[in-house]
Amino acid sequence: MLSPKTPETKPVKLSVKDVAFSYGEKKILDALTLDIHAERVTAIIGPSGCGKSTFLKCFNRIHEVTTAVKVSGDMLIDGVDIYKGGIDEIDLRRRVGMVFQKPNPFPKSIYENVAFGPRLFGVNDKVTLDVLVEDALRKAALWDEVKDRLKESASGMSGGQQQRLCIARALAVGPEVLLMDEPCSALDPIATSKIEELIMELKESLTIVIVTHNMQQAARVSDYTAFFWLGRLVEMDLTERIFTTPRERMTEDYITGRFG
Amino acid sequence: MRVFDSELKELRDGIMAMAGIAEEMIDLTIQALSERSRTKAERVVQLDRQMDEWELKLDQVCVDLLALRSPAATDLRLVASSLKIVPELERIGDHCCNIARRATYVHPPILSGDVLNSMGNETRKMVRQAVDAFVSSDAGLARTVISADDVVDDLYGTIYRELLRLMMSDPLCIERASHLILVIKNWERIADQATNIAEEVLFILEGRSAKHTYLQDNPVD
Repeated sequence: MLSPKTPETKPVKLSVKDVAFSYGEKKILDALTLDIHAERVTAIIGPSGCGKSTFLKCFNRIHEVTTAVKVSGDMLIDGVDIYKGGIDEIDLRRRVGMVFQKPNPFPKSIYENVAFGPRLFGVNDKVTLDVLVEDALRKAALWDEVKDRLKESASGMSGGQQQRLCIARALAVGPEVLLMDEPCSALDPIATSKIEELIMELKESLTIVIVTHNMQQAARVSDYTAFFWLGRLVEMDLTERIFTTPRERMTEDYITGRFG
Repeated sequence: MRVFDSELKELRDGIMAMAGIAEEMIDLTIQALSERSRTKAERVVQLDRQMDEWELKLDQVCVDLLALRSPAATDLRLVASSLKIVPELERIGDHCCNIARRATYVHPPILSGDVLNSMGNETRKMVRQAVDAFVSSDAGLARTVISADDVVDDLYGTIYRELLRLMMSDPLCIERASHLILVIKNWERIADQATNIAEEVLFILEGRSAKHTYLQDNPVD
């Protein structure tokens, strides 16, 4: 974990500048400005309805699939604004993968779940797909558990395995950023611990942004923590600082359970 | 009040109770020493048992809070520092016993009562202020305690040299003087303990360690 004594060495991967976001007339996010560093885990915490999940979805524009939305301000990945012209949304979603609260594998075999993304991007060669599938399953710490039953349906897996399969599915297309929206809230402590270990491994090569309601999870896995309230950023700092000496009274009240 | 807040209050109240006993022990120790009172010395030793009981109880309260409540921010600093403040208070009790047990061995006096009492009184003031700083969350008072440690250290040095001089000039006072050297050493340690408590109070209030500040100015890494 990063400590206040170690200077940040990783570059900024995602940069958010004065971003506001509305679903129709309803403003969800306002005046958000923050930087997210590459190969770090950034946790987003805050009460329900504060805009955490919406914030995640902004990074791969997945909200646009269903709803008319309005986004203003700048959201940059590697310095390039993802809301300006010239951005291919499909390629953006390949670069910025997402894992949701409830494991949502496709009603297909384990193999086909992982191969789905690469196939979408035109990989059809069996040997190449085999390599991609094994690699993604290994990165998701699932290979040893499923290598003998790749053709079986994903729905027969446990909840924790299904969630790791969803992570493998996201990893199979080689993302640079992984967005995780409460990825452990439906899992037992053992499965949760496996996902958390996995997050620590994946951050070696990925930028990870995780939304969680579990304060201890944020404290365990993240390098930075951002506290959102009513669509605004109250405070963002090193996780160690947020959980020992937050600057804002509101942050302290939230993490100590005295909010409201 | 939430259950968690009442548990934190139980911890604070427990520390205040321990501090109250520590102050009573210090008062009795000063009196036992100047009045050569075996009764007061025995009372000090009796009170030490209560300190030991409190230490066990509050250690458990802290461990339970960490295990069951996962405290954060100010709460975490209070619990972490309490785990250090409680043993400091308990050690103050032990040092008082060490002094009180010698109350009857240091007479007839070889030092003026004022000189000997000065160390006890200065130390008592530091402990009281450290406890007040904890109770009233007063960082300024905590800093006053830390700087007062030098006063007690200087008194220790002065009295120690005087005792050495007395031992060299009159071998008949060697036994009493050696007891007195241990007495002043114990007062000096109690002052250190008050300083440590004040440093923990600053950590609770400000979130930065107030210890070994010379290292923070020149970090190792």
